[in-house]
Parts: sequence; structure tokens; C-alpha cells
Amino acid sequence: MAAGDLVIAHLLRRAGFGASGAELAAYSQLSYAAAVDRLINYDALPDAVDANIGKPGFVGTTSRGAFSPNTVPDDARQRWLFRMVHSDRPLQEKMTLFWHNYFATGLSKVTAGIKSENGTRLMAAKASEDPARQQGQIEMLRANALGTVQDLLVAIAKDPAMLIWLDGDTNTKAKPQENFGRELMELFSRGVGYYTEEDVYAAARVFTGWNLSRPANPQDPSAAFAFVYNANQHETAAKTFSFPIYSDGGRTIPSRAASGGMQDGLDLIAALSTHPETARRLVSKLFAFFVSETATPDPAFIDELATVYLQNGTAIKPVLQRLLTSPQFQDPAIFFTRYAWPAEFVVRALKETGWTGFSVGSALTALVNMGQELLEPPSVAGWVLGQSWFSTGAMLARMNFASTLAANQKFNLAAASAGARGSARSVVDFLVSRLTVDVGNDVYNDLLAYAAAGVTWTGSDAQLQAKAPGVVHLILGSPEYQFT
Amino acid sequence: MMTRRDFVKNGVTAFTFSLAAPAFLSDLARAQGAASRNLIVLDLSGGNDGLSMLVPYTDASYYSRRPTLAIPAGTVLQVGADASGKALGLHPKLTGLRDIFNQGRLALVQRVGYENSSRSHFSGTDIWSTANPSNSTGSGWVGRYLSTLPAPLDPLVAWNTTGDTPHALLSASVSVASIPSVTSYAFSSPNSGDEAARERTAAASIASHVPVDKPHVAFVGTSARAAMATLDRVAAVGQYKPTVSYPNNGFGQALQAVSGAMAKGVGTRVFWVQTGGFDTHAAQDTTADAGAYVKLMVTLNDGITALHNDLQNQGLLNSTLLLTFSEFGRRVSENGSKGTDHGAASVLLAMGGGVRGGLYGTAASLSPDTSNPTLENAAGDVHYETDFRSVYAKVIDNWLGGDSVGVLGGNFRKSGIDFV
Repeated sequence: MAAGDLVIAHLLRRAGFGASGAELAAYSQLSYAAAVDRLINYDALPDAVDANIGKPGFVGTTSRGAFSPNTVPDDARQRWLFRMVHSDRPLQEKMTLFWHNYFATGLSKVTAGIKSENGTRLMAAKASEDPARQQGQIEMLRANALGTVQDLLVAIAKDPAMLIWLDGDTNTKAKPQENFGRELMELFSRGVGYYTEEDVYAAARVFTGWNLSRPANPQDPSAAFAFVYNANQHETAAKTFSFPIYSDGGRTIPSRAASGGMQDGLDLIAALSTHPETARRLVSKLFAFFVSETATPDPAFIDELATVYLQNGTAIKPVLQRLLTSPQFQDPAIFFTRYAWPAEFVVRALKETGWTGFSVGSALTALVNMGQELLEPPSVAGWVLGQSWFSTGAMLARMNFASTLAANQKFNLAAASAGARGSARSVVDFLVSRLTVDVGNDVYNDLLAYAAAGVTWTGSDAQLQAKAPGVVHLILGSPEYQFT
Repeated sequence: MMTRRDFVKNGVTAFTFSLAAPAFLSDLARAQGAASRNLIVLDLSGGNDGLSMLVPYTDASYYSRRPTLAIPAGTVLQVGADASGKALGLHPKLTGLRDIFNQGRLALVQRVGYENSSRSHFSGTDIWSTANPSNSTGSGWVGRYLSTLPAPLDPLVAWNTTGDTPHALLSASVSVASIPSVTSYAFSSPNSGDEAARERTAAASIASHVPVDKPHVAFVGTSARAAMATLDRVAAVGQYKPTVSYPNNGFGQALQAVSGAMAKGVGTRVFWVQTGGFDTHAAQDTTADAGAYVKLMVTLNDGITALHNDLQNQGLLNSTLLLTFSEFGRRVSENGSKGTDHGAASVLLAMGGGVRGGLYGTAASLSPDTSNPTLENAAGDVHYETDFRSVYAKVIDNWLGGDSVGVLGGNFRKSGIDFV
């Protein structure tokens, strides 16, 4: 690959989920700046990916009965994986995954008491396909993926799944509920060390009355769940924080009549979203996600990104524009150094290996074993990233997914390798290039030894059908392939 | 800190180390040979409400502060009174644990915690994991203990039954096997027969390289290598036939794998097991059969009881110690959602053949008087009486035969909690 293509491939891995051969060829026609522009300004492209589910030429899905991604958890997961593989707006899916980890909400608690169908609706329903126009949390995150954090925080505070997940639906005047108020400051904005226990109690009181309107029959699959501000459950006394809430430095949210008390929460969110601590924490997370999670970022670069965030009214798009066009992002030294999340690993493997005849349903259990069940993060802090993805069991699960995919693609891989059948080495070279992996000499020699082992090379179809999937299995399961 | 590995490097054998074992090592530990013992750490994640597990059923404030969550005195499983004379009872569903208690193999250590207890799940878990309230970003206490064992350490020296390596097991020098499912812990291949064997040989070779210029790749290689090196022994554990049937849930199956690993003698010293759902902010329901906390207690009771009975039948109970922890206890007063918010100190369980059963420490008085010294946070939460590191120290010194001062970075030994 030419140097320009290498950085485009890196961009597509980090700002997307990797690229099929056709996608890489298309993006390589663009300048780097134009490629970034195409990824970031995805609103210019139609959001048409879902219409391709079930069509030939695309990765398949597997469901019991009709495919129902708005009401069946595994179908919702498959729709999302399908989007990751095939969307023309990969950055939108990538940022949705980022936010899903950031506002990590678990389906199993959301579902309790309202049935699986309704729990799935609250997490994943597409409003245009729902009988009550219910919008699931993932769809809300997807719609706001590059919007402002202030809007996102307001939307998440009112999100029905979040109201159940962090118990906002039971936050009342008589007994303020601390769960959401605590995590809002600890995980969604300022971070540990930048708030006190008293701030938690005050934040709980701020959000008293931010409740959930449940349908009379909470198990009715066509009824609506909606945020409601219950003025008569709002605690109206003033709330004082250890940090400024207002631009004049004021730390006290004033006592307000209950009817206007919803403004308390909007004031707190406005303050939290624009605090320098929030800006630095959030851009540091974006730096770790897009650039490097091992290198300590240059403080000046973090400050620069934080400034972009604050000067643009907490909008994420300008921050990503600066990040993706920075020299730090384009430095070849950071290529293939970020530990790939299981979803990233699975989707890239599909895009590079091939998918015809494969179903993303076959990835669901594998993802659980790798430690990333979509819609079911382990806690509100999200998944533990980096090295923690690589326990022995999780590594084995990646190797075994590689085996499942390679076995499924056996004939496709053999056919694709036919042009390289002249020698074991040429087949290995072809597959290493197809999977865009930077294997060192040691691994390359292992692949060669395997390809030549036990056979007198003829390049027959039968040999290709054994060796091509074998080599792909070994590459996808190698330590080198686990990085994006 | 001089680790045992340093001793070995310096030419001093593990044998002479044990002869030179310091005086704090209990006679029991020496006599029984600590090397054959194992430890099961059980993480009750989410923040366990100790007051619903070990109920202060004679404390009037318990009933006045928990109008819907208090467990009726007549239904608790009485376990006698603690050193302060306060009568206590186990949650009504802990019948198996009560039996183990009556047999003298279950210790209940009350009010375990630390100063300025964190109310954050994540900071709290990190603090319990690192045993360091002032800087909870470093290595884990179990990892540090393991790193004192003679090198080279086998990848199965610790067996984590969850998918992600818990912070407590992390250390720079010890790789931990994570085996969430024994049956799926196997090498698969797109080919079969000889060709599959060739792939396995190649995969082992690929995993064997240590690219020094790429430490991140080398790290993943370590995991891949450990996976390849443990496949066959884990497969043997998959053949284990327990003497009792374990509950058909994640917790029960994890405990079955633990007893299988012990019975098959794979060499594991520390097992890590987790069961979650303890973050009961709302609808905690401690009494109805379908109640959230009741289900937690049933899961806990049935799992531990099955493990106890199986190990007893296998003759392995005397070499096993199970120790629970949770990142914090919960608020004394219930909240408006019929649940409890994040609190401070809580109760720990220790179970095993070598345990001196009974009640340790004293229960808090739950009086809402803000001068009540057994509570903190304006009498909102239970104040600790025993530093959690003292419990760890007891386990490290008296059960594992290690040096708690080195592992914990200080002397936390404390009398009065001699449960092992």
C-alpha cells in the first residue's frame, strides 16, 4: 500500500471499523482532508443502511421468526452490527458505540418489570418503526452522535432507559434518589475527585421530579414510555454545590416554584457540560479512543481540544475535525497500537475477510465470550478497555471467532486466493495483504511454515480450501491483529 | 520490597524460605503446609446491604429506619450474639449458611471497611482491589501476593471465572487465566484432523514470540500463550463430575468449575468468583420470594452450600478458604424507592474447613443520633470497626503463609479477628 493509502486505512479503522477492499479503493481516491470531511459530515449521505438488511450481497442475520430489531434484543444487536459492517456513515456508528460505552446502560435492568420487548424498545427502537414512536437510547445517541454534549446530557437525563437504569423514575421530593446525580458528575461530566458527597445529595434534589411516565400496562408492546417532569415531586429549596453553577461564579441553584423547578436540572447540566474539568475529561477520552490509549497525551494538545470543545458550545464535531486532522492522529507510530474492542475486531474481520453467506448472528455469543455484549455493558462505567479485553478466555474467544469466520468463508477465500495459487508463499502474501495486518517476520514465517506443512504444494482447489481458511484463522487470531 | 522471586533469583530456595518463615506464620499454616491451600475470593458486586444479610433484629432503629425493608425478627435465622451482646440473625434464605455456621465453618466479620469510605462503585472496587485507599490505581493485592510465589508462575496459579481480569488479580508479573466457561475454553479450527493439529502448532508458535519493540503486542501474546498452555488442563476440569448438583446459574457453574479445578489438581492457588446485582437502589424487597434481595440471598446460599458440600465430600474442604467482599455497604435508612443508597462498612463471610466459625467484631447501633460513634455521615452509614486490610492480612499470613506486610505495604495485623 502507498503511504497515503496507509493513513487512509488507519483513518477508516479508527473513525470507522476498517474497510472492505471496495471501500478502501473508493476512499483512496480522495485527499486525506476530503476523506475526513466525508466521514465527519455524514449528514450529507443518506442514512439508508437498514434498508439493505436481508438483501443478497450483504452480511446476513439470524432470528427466530421475523427479524424484529426494535423488540428482540439479539435482533437489535444484529442490526447494529449490520450497520457497523455496511453503513456509509461509519463514524456515526463508531461514535454511537463510544457514547454507548460512555452512558453505559444495561438492557437487563431496563427490561425488569416491563418485559423484554419493551426493554428492547427503550434501548434500541427506531422511532419511525415503533407503534408509539418510541425512540430507543441507542437511536437517541446515534441521532446526537456528533452534536453538543449539553444536548446529549439533557437527552440522557430524560431518556426512559436511563431513568430506569439509574433510578431517576423514583426520584421524589420525600426521598431524593442519588444514583443518577452521582453518575452524572462522576462518569458523565467532571469525574472522580471533582465533586463531593454533598454535591451528590444536592444533585439528587435537583433532579427530583424528573420521572418516567409509564403506560397503565407496562407490558403493552405498543404503549409509550415518556419522560415527565412531576412538579409536585420536585424539591424546591435552593441547592448549593462546591463548584460554580452560573457564569458569575454562583454556586447555588435558587429556590424556585415547583412549576418551574425543571430549570434546576437544566442549569446543573449547562454548568457541568461547560466546566473545564468536563472538557478535559471528555477530550481525553476521545484522544484515547481515536489516537492512543497508551501514550500520555501532550497536555497542550488536550488543552487545545478542550478549547475547541468550549468555544463551540460543547459540540463534538469540531473536536473530531481537529483531532482527525492533527499530526498526532496521522503519526504512523500510532497505527495498530490501540487495543481493538471486541465489536471492532469482529466487524473489521468481517469487512476484510468477506461476509457472503455469513450471519452476524454467529458473532453474538462470540462477542459475549470476548467480553462485549452490546446493550449489556458490565456497569454504568462501561467496559474496561485496553489490556483488560485480553484475558486468556477472551483471547481464546477471539481466536475461535476467527476460526468460525474462516470456516464459513472457506470457499470464498479459496476462490479469492486462486490468483495466488502458484506457491504457499504467494497465498500467504495475498491473505496478509487482504487482512491489512502488520505481521512481523516471526509471525510471517510461522504462516509460511503452516501453509507449506504436510503438503506437497500444487495449489489445487482442495489445498486452497484447507490452507486459505487456515491462514486467515491464524492471522485473525494473532496478537498483531488485535489492534486497530 | 524483596519478593520471593528475588530470593529464588539470589539462589535461596523456596525450601529454605519456608524454614525461615517468620514467627507470625501460624502453627496451623506451617503444620498443614500452606502450599496446598487455596483461596476463593467472592466479589458480591454492587455494594451488599450487610444489614439485610446479618440482621440486627433487636435494634429498634433498624425497624424504624427501614419501614418496608426490615426483616421481621421472627423470621431471621438466629446465630447468637456478638462480643457486644447484640443478638443477630442471618437472612431467612441463608439456611445452608446457617448450617455451615452451626458446624463452625463460617465466620461473619462485622463492620469491615476503611476511613473515608468511597461511595463510588468504581473507586470503592479499586480500593478493595488494591488495598490502598490513597492510591487505587496500582497492582491488586492478590496479584502482589502471587508475585511473591516462586517463579516461574504457571498461568493457572490464579483462575478467574469471569470474563475480565479483576483489578485485584492484576500485577506486572503474573498472568491470570480467565475462564468464564470451561466448555468453550477450547481451540477450534476451520479444518479437522492433521490440518487442525498443524494450525494449533502454528498458533502456539505465533503466540510464543515476544516482540520487544511492541510491548502492547507482547502483552496480548502473553494472553495467547497462557491460553494455549492451559487448554488441556481446563479440558480435564470440564470432565469433572461433582458429588452434588450446583445451581444452574452463572454463579453456581463458576463454583462447580472451582471445585473441579481443585479435584483435578491443576495447581491453582487463588480462584476469583463474582456474583452481582447488589446495587439495590430501588425495590430491594428483602422478604417476598420474588424480591430482589431475596433472590440474591438464594443465589448466594445455594451456591456456597453446594460448594461446601461438594468439597466436603471430596475431602477438599480443609484446604479451602472462601472470602467474600463487596465495594461498600448500604445506607442504614431506606430511600423513597424502597431501596438503599451507597453506604460504608459491611459484613464479610469466611467459609472453609480451617475457619474458626462465629461472629467477629461488633454490630453497629443504628440509632440516628448523629453522635453515634458506630455510624458515620450524620448517622447515615455504618462506620467501620475492622480495616479491610486487617482481614486480608489475616488471610495472607495465617492461611496462605505469605507476608502481609510486604503484600499490603504496611502492618495491618489485628487481634480479635482470628477466623483462620
